[in-house]
Amino acid sequence: MFQPSPWRADFPAIGALQRQHQTYLDSAATTQKPQALLDALSHYYGHGAANVHRAQHLPGALATQAFEGSRDKVAAWLNAADSRQIVFTHGATSALNLLAYGLEHRFESGDEIAVSALEHHANLLPWQQLAHRRQLRLVILPVNDLGHVDLEQALQLIGPRTRLLAISQLSNVLGTWQPLAPLLAHARAQGALSVVDGAQGVVHGRHDVQQLDCDFYVFSSHKLYGPDGVGVLYGRQQALALLRHWQYGGEMVQMADYQDASFRPAPLGFEAGTPPIAGVIGLGATLDYLASLDANAVAAHEATLHQHLVRGLADREGVRLLGSPQAALASFVIDGVHNADIAHLLTEQGIAVRAGHHCAMPLLRHLGLDGAIRVSLGFYSDSDDLQRFFDALDQGLELLR
Amino acid sequence: MSLSAEASQALESFEQARGWEQRARLLMQWGDRLEPLDDSDKTEANRVHGCESLVWLVAQQENGQWHFKAASDARLLRGLLALLLVRVQGLASDRLAALDLSAWFTQLGLERQLSPSRSNGLHAVLLRMTELAAQN
Repeated sequence: MFQPSPWRADFPAIGALQRQHQTYLDSAATTQKPQALLDALSHYYGHGAANVHRAQHLPGALATQAFEGSRDKVAAWLNAADSRQIVFTHGATSALNLLAYGLEHRFESGDEIAVSALEHHANLLPWQQLAHRRQLRLVILPVNDLGHVDLEQALQLIGPRTRLLAISQLSNVLGTWQPLAPLLAHARAQGALSVVDGAQGVVHGRHDVQQLDCDFYVFSSHKLYGPDGVGVLYGRQQALALLRHWQYGGEMVQMADYQDASFRPAPLGFEAGTPPIAGVIGLGATLDYLASLDANAVAAHEATLHQHLVRGLADREGVRLLGSPQAALASFVIDGVHNADIAHLLTEQGIAVRAGHHCAMPLLRHLGLDGAIRVSLGFYSDSDDLQRFFDALDQGLELLR
Repeated sequence: MSLSAEASQALESFEQARGWEQRARLLMQWGDRLEPLDDSDKTEANRVHGCESLVWLVAQQENGQWHFKAASDARLLRGLLALLLVRVQGLASDRLAALDLSAWFTQLGLERQLSPSRSNGLHAVLLRMTELAAQN
């Protein structure tokens, strides 16, 4: 049965891609953008760009107002208590690096950092390298066959030496929601800080950071239908106060002399240099657009399409799903067929999916694979997109077999 | 530059290929013709990194002429490697350096396989070949 997306027309690039005979099923890598965002960028650049937080002139005041307006919108989107808990970065990766450097002073040799076995490199390598710098132990929380952190083992592994837990909300490879509530509560009870990588999770459903009860929550704008070059770091107030300043430069400073300086608190103290102003304003416009949608209808559409994707893959002979995907995406391999060959033939047929290790090499290695194909959905995806993918997959397999 | 008999044959068959299916079939046929690489040559030193699949490239120079061997665990990439080798086999360093390999793949209708964003690794293989030729 055809399942259209009522929001497809809001994304001009989807039509453009279709005219190029491209079926875009790589939204977990980055999403297409709504017209509302294009309009906001065009309006900002077309009506007078200006730097923020610096100038007394009118364009500067308007830009600052729009920029800070976006901070309020992000805070509202995440249900943060205060907009000052939202720090803009240049991406989720830079937000996680900010944390790994900003919290470095809290670690002593022999302390432990716990991360899950399924982390994206962005939420693994900053902690791994911090562990090297400070002689810490990086504890890997194992993942079960379904693709969830094994709770029983994790609760044992997170102990009094654990100073920080860093974990994904929704796996970018397995499409599985992680059991955040018990993990975060346990980490807190052990006196550990918690960092949630919401890069994938934030895109599906609304998440309340106060309810999540994490110390830090990180996501990137471009996966949430917003512009690239913008990341968001939310911090609990007491947690933000623990951060040491990391990057130094313009506007993050309170007083500067040749030999010494003092710095602002969050958020501005962690936004050194000119921020991605247009991008932040664009993210605000995107959030306005997203907030105007019927959230239940979006969730229902995504769930139906995802089910369609998972079933269609499971129905095909020799297809092996990675884990038991719950949302957004599904990764798979095919017995006896190299994923590079499948990727090649899908590309030839205009199907844009991702092949490879998905920036999670250790997870793939743990699964005994050197790569997989990932199909990922946005709420602009429809069942025709999936049908074209399945037809292309069948044709490719017929050729290879 | 003149083409070897085999390269001319490749060009002719790819020029006549209609559609992606025929091109893919041809690639697989060419891949099957790729001379197998001894396991002893499948070393880390011969690995070409930057590919999602495993790729090895071995280069030898005899009497001023280059001889390459290559292997991959992916079938279609084996075909691309075969089409590459058929064009460069037996060339001298100066001719190899002067050769426009992207033009060769364009002639074959396979230029999109060369993009650096492509994970198939053909781009990385070409870079490695250029490096090897420049060293001698």
